[in-house]
Amino acid sequence: MGAPIVVAGASMAGLRAAEQLRAAGWDGPITLVGDEPHMPYNRPPLSKEVLAGKAPFESLAFRPRASVSDVEWRLGAKVVAADLARRIVELHGGEVLPYAGLVVATGMRPGRLRCPGPVDGRHTVRTLADAQGLREALTRPGARVVVVGAGFIGCEVAATAVALGAAEVTVVDPLPLPMMGPLGELLARALLKRHKERGVRFALGTGVAGFEGDDRVTGVVLGDGRVLPADVVVESVGSVANTEWLEGNGLDLADGVLTDEHLRVGGRPAVVAVGDVARFPNARYDGVPRRVEHWSIPTDTAKHAAKVLAAHLAGADIAPAPFAPLPTFWSDQHDFRLQSFGAPVLGKDDVRVLDGDLDGDVLAGYHQGGRLVGVVALGGQAAAAAAARYRAELLKQPALTA
Amino acid sequence: MKVVVDMNKCQDHGQCVFAAPDVFSFDEAGRLAYVSDPDDALRDDVEEAADVCPLQAIRIED
Ligand SMILES: Cc1cc2nc3c(=O)[nH]c(=O)nc-3n(C[C@H](O)[C@H](O)[C@H](O)COP(=O)(O)OP(=O)(O)OC[C@H]3O[C@@H](n4cnc5c(N)ncnc54)[C@H](O)[C@@H]3O)c2cc1C
Ligand code: SF4
Repeated sequence: MGAPIVVAGASMAGLRAAEQLRAAGWDGPITLVGDEPHMPYNRPPLSKEVLAGKAPFESLAFRPRASVSDVEWRLGAKVVAADLARRIVELHGGEVLPYAGLVVATGMRPGRLRCPGPVDGRHTVRTLADAQGLREALTRPGARVVVVGAGFIGCEVAATAVALGAAEVTVVDPLPLPMMGPLGELLARALLKRHKERGVRFALGTGVAGFEGDDRVTGVVLGDGRVLPADVVVESVGSVANTEWLEGNGLDLADGVLTDEHLRVGGRPAVVAVGDVARFPNARYDGVPRRVEHWSIPTDTAKHAAKVLAAHLAGADIAPAPFAPLPTFWSDQHDFRLQSFGAPVLGKDDVRVLDGDLDGDVLAGYHQGGRLVGVVALGGQAAAAAAARYRAELLKQPALTA
Repeated sequence: MKVVVDMNKCQDHGQCVFAAPDVFSFDEAGRLAYVSDPDDALRDDVEEAADVCPLQAIRIED
């Protein structure tokens, strides 16, 4: 038996890559190496249904396709180094795995605040264990909660904390509005209003200078000198790519791992990257490589990368069209949902209300050079359905620039 | 092929409708409706739908 395809990272993108390699015809061995002790599980509910206690932790497990029942799972095992020239990876403990192909699927970990003060009482939300710990803290009676970072995950956690009956929930961010980076000012303003109406407080335009407390956090010191009393702190301040193990191979690891238009890494056809960690050019847009932390990306990248890798290993000469996914994203907060199609971030300077109004169900269109590049619906099911009608139009579009 | 959607999990995201429009659709009330015994020729579409359901509510039973 020849060397396996090694998949580094055994979460959603790793699982999808294995399944898609089978679908693309690779019937050789596959080894998935993941440092978490669990089989792949679904992360979005960790800040929503599961954190709220509406769904059990057990409901998160993905159901792997029958086609991957013969793959080898190395769980609780960490890849610590790779030598791409020699086609080997090294695991913690020294074991060396030779590979025929390598799939980089090691994802992200939460960024942390580096300021003085105690560590106990400060949480992040990325893993099952994180969410279990946070749920325990949030359900203690009278909890005062400070969420640092007003991005999607921070705002979801704030909404969930309110629903769980926390005494006080305050979101802190240096930017003047929540979710402004990805969504722009118009929707960010509407979201601020909705969150306030549902009991979330905000301290905006200021960062965190430090934490108060001896053994554990009792307060958050803001940049403007104010102190927010806190029993629970949630840090949702962005994420860091897990790429240290790839160092020393001459790769561009500035922000995730840079790929070409077919998700190949470092000009090596036997190495591809998938999921959150991949910084890929999207031929649908401007071709500038970006990482995209959307749930749709592991599946989309896995499909394309698996085809390209399986063909290469089979010695076949295929020339597929460059990778050009239509990103989609959703977020559930309180009783409303955000549903996005396309790349709103590219059209933040020209946002128009396409349907509805900002106090109710609303559909916003994001334009670049007068052309629609993304839509975001905010509200109930009807708004999301309205967004879906624009999906076909977004799909039809050619690349913005050649 | 047998398709089962756990309607307790489903939150009407509609991703399945894009992936396999012959099998999944929304009724007039905006609730998900689906064909529970689609033709085997639609297997690829249905597998894709199961992959893209954010709640992982779709199960394929052979
Ligand atoms: C709380 C939360 C809520 C979210 N909500 C939404 C949402 O509502 N909508 C949306 O579109 N997206 C959402 N996302 C984003 C979505 O979940 C991610 O895009 C997706 O999980 C990415 O999957 P991945 O497999 O690429 O990365 P990951 O899930 O990060 O998987 C990487 C895996 O590799 C492992 N690993 C890392 N380094 C090593 C190593 N050296 N050796 C071995 N294993 C290693 C990690 O432990 C991990 O298991 C959310 C994410 C989180 C965390
Ligand atoms: S994708 Fe999943 S949640 Fe959405 S409508 Fe289909 S089954 Fe329901």
